[in-house]
Amino acid sequence: MTGAAAAGSPVDGVLATASIVLSLVLALWSLVAAVRSRPPDRWQLIGLVVLELALLALAVVALVAIGGGERPGEPGAFFGYLVTLVCLPPLAAVLARMEPTRWGSAIVCVVCLVTPVVVVRLQQTWEVLGG
Amino acid sequence: MVETAAPRRTTNRGPGRLLIAVYILFAIAASSRAGLQIATKFDEAPVAYALSAVAALIYIVAAVGLARAGHAGRRLALACCSIELVGVIAVGALSLADRELFPDETVWSQFGSGYGYVPLVLPLLGLFWLWRTRDTSR
Repeated sequence: MTGAAAAGSPVDGVLATASIVLSLVLALWSLVAAVRSRPPDRWQLIGLVVLELALLALAVVALVAIGGGERPGEPGAFFGYLVTLVCLPPLAAVLARMEPTRWGSAIVCVVCLVTPVVVVRLQQTWEVLGG
Repeated sequence: MVETAAPRRTTNRGPGRLLIAVYILFAIAASSRAGLQIATKFDEAPVAYALSAVAALIYIVAAVGLARAGHAGRRLALACCSIELVGVIAVGALSLADRELFPDETVWSQFGSGYGYVPLVLPLLGLFWLWRTRDTSR
């Protein structure tokens, strides 16, 4: 599959945008839950699973592009961010399951606010070359 | 009805768990940054990169301390939060005063502005949380 990146970056496409939007929606949802003193609900966990799938797909697209000869601008940092990124939703899910109170929802909220930042950093470490 | 003993407040429940989550995130951020800097370009700014590693270690130990709770855990967390607060203020001030000393970013440069000033707020929250959960029975 040679989809996303003819000229551009493999981590700057629909998948990345969808991950960011989904993550922010989930953060908002969890924030509302935390404010209302609700523990993490089923939808937060489903959201984290969907987010994780999107991020894994993003990682696969990036790895396929690298396999096809493309190279990130800062390889070390890029892989660091990529590994961190796919670990974030599971981290949130595990901690949220351990804390079935409003603070569990707050954890999901914080992690979902960090995730978009990591996606953007991932994009920046792909295309440093011009700078 | 027998009065049940008030559950002793522990550092690893409720808001504490959120705090631990943030510490874990910073442990990951600082240690991957330090690992990368030291592995690829240690000679460019040894002070800054060594400091990144120290910061990473402190975040990890603080998270462990808060998660372990108990006496030892609390003392560990107290020590780490204190060092962290002093560190972020000292490095923040130094990085503004003498840019040569820290030519490359660390987690604590400019009071952690690269991380939304969370590194500055985090030790304060940690200390506040330790104070809130202190053993008042003695």
